[in-house]
Amino acid sequence: MFFLNVLTSGLLSGLMYALVAIGFVLIYKASGVFNFAQGSMVLFAALTFVVLNEHGLPFWAAFPITVLVMIVGAVLIERLVLRPLVNRSPNTLFMATLGLSFVIEGLAQALFGSDVHQLDLGIDDMPLDLWGLQISTFDIFASAVAVVLVAVLAVLFSKTRMGISLRAVADDTLAAQSIGIRLPRIWQIVWSVSGLVALVAGLLWGARQGVQFSLSLVVLKAMPVLIIGGFSSIPGAIVGGLLVGATENLADIYIGPLVQGSVSTWFAYILAVAFLLIRPSGLFGETTIARV
Amino acid sequence: MGDPARTLLASEQTLLHVDGVEAIYGDAILALRGVSFGVPKGAIVALLGANGAGKSTTLKAVSNLLGASRGRISKGTITWRGEVTGRLSPADLVRKGIVQVLEGRHCFPQLTVEENLLSGGFARRPGRRELRDDLDRIYALFPRLKLRRRGKAGLLSGGEQQMVAIGRALMSRPTLMLLDEPSMGLAPMIVEEIFEIIRRLNADDGVTFLLAEQNAHLVLRYAHHGVVLENGRVAASAPAADLLARDDVIDFYLGGSASSPASN
Ligand SMILES: Nc1ncnc2c1ncn2[C@@H]1O[C@H](COP(=O)(O)OP(=O)(O)OP(=O)(O)O)[C@@H](O)[C@H]1O
Ligand SMILES: [Mg+2]
Repeated sequence: MFFLNVLTSGLLSGLMYALVAIGFVLIYKASGVFNFAQGSMVLFAALTFVVLNEHGLPFWAAFPITVLVMIVGAVLIERLVLRPLVNRSPNTLFMATLGLSFVIEGLAQALFGSDVHQLDLGIDDMPLDLWGLQISTFDIFASAVAVVLVAVLAVLFSKTRMGISLRAVADDTLAAQSIGIRLPRIWQIVWSVSGLVALVAGLLWGARQGVQFSLSLVVLKAMPVLIIGGFSSIPGAIVGGLLVGATENLADIYIGPLVQGSVSTWFAYILAVAFLLIRPSGLFGETTIARV
Repeated sequence: MGDPARTLLASEQTLLHVDGVEAIYGDAILALRGVSFGVPKGAIVALLGANGAGKSTTLKAVSNLLGASRGRISKGTITWRGEVTGRLSPADLVRKGIVQVLEGRHCFPQLTVEENLLSGGFARRPGRRELRDDLDRIYALFPRLKLRRRGKAGLLSGGEQQMVAIGRALMSRPTLMLLDEPSMGLAPMIVEEIFEIIRRLNADDGVTFLLAEQNAHLVLRYAHHGVVLENGRVAASAPAADLLARDDVIDFYLGGSASSPASN
């Protein structure tokens, strides 16, 4: 039972990793860019929300306003960063997102200061006894939110015109252009959706550990998740997130005492390196469909 | 004969003017060195030339897709129905009636056949019904695709992928279709089938075609006019029948090995 408890709480934090990783995957699929600024977006979104909240705006007002802010941000990023760099190498774009992460964090600091903000979503963090398993109500809430978000995205991507266009761009950008799909539009939408995912992840994380600058460091946790799951796969991000969450929690409990320290800070990287050696394209890495 | 009248008529009905176009890749490689020709309304124009002659570059210059290969037009203008296209995006051009089927087909491999086709229709923002009707038209044209509509396009045969690429482009209801080597790597039977469909689209629906091909003997049987490119320049431009009658021209510019398929 103890093992199962450790496993479940690991899986639940894994879902959070998965959420952050999904933001990466979306942008990576649509534009081939490893968006280093995803962590800063999580921070910025959560800070915007929490500051609005502190100024007396209730959740139902602060949330859509923050979403709007993220959309405006996405449009600005496309206009000012992506469009001028169109057709440049992925390295150039990666460097641009690196710069972008500093800009966003600087902006966050200038606008909101660098205090730690407490965030209360009104969900208790009470342990609940389910058939002998100890699960916190907040964790259940958080996973429900994550599952709903992923389900909505999945439907959006598989059914709507926008979703088909997005996947078309991910498959073959040149062909997508040749049939009249507007890349700037697609990028704006993808960055907006990533902004929304970042907001949700930021709120769930922030409610747990306070909204503070260390939130942008989740980007470092997402990295091994992406290596394990494959950079271009949303199912991979989910499975990778769960795997990292579960194993690092288990490792903390069962290996931690042996090495007399916290294992979870680095265990994910060991796992990722192992994957790099065994399966470099990740669990769900795009295997190109081709018929010879 | 009656040259002045004919020129007047031609200029009135010429949809696309390519005028002294030079194209350059990566600010270093000059791929087109002043290409000029016109595409009359309702015609099938063949763009001929050996490997590296500049056929694909010419088509991409017309559809404004050079940017994606780090190329650009460095001189000259392209005019579509009287409008200079230089500043338009590829998406703008699709909305204005020019669509390109890329060399090597470029289906979306992870998308289903139906999703591939649908994606070609989005640019016009059609209603749901309209999109459905257009899709049925494509299925009528390529019954084979209907059978495989739920399969991923990446798993189709080369010929079927070419049909998907053409069908997808047709979904935008183009006035002018740019086709880049539709016969590449396909069995002669399939090639005939695809060219027959091109002929039908041209005759029945009035779609104008600009076709890049290495296989001159094949394409000149379907085309009205041929433009021969050599080293980024127009080496010859004449009615297809005249070019077909001049095997020496074809053999000289395209190499004698570009021989004819078994014609029936
Ligand atoms: N992306 C690119 N970067 C640099 N040079 C290029 C690029 N694409 C084409 N070229 C050069 O431009 C010239 C014309 O190429 P283009 O692809 O237009 O020829 P083509 O007639 O289509 O040939 P093929 O029959 O092989 O398709 C060639 O010399 C080629 O090497
Ligand atoms: Mg070519």
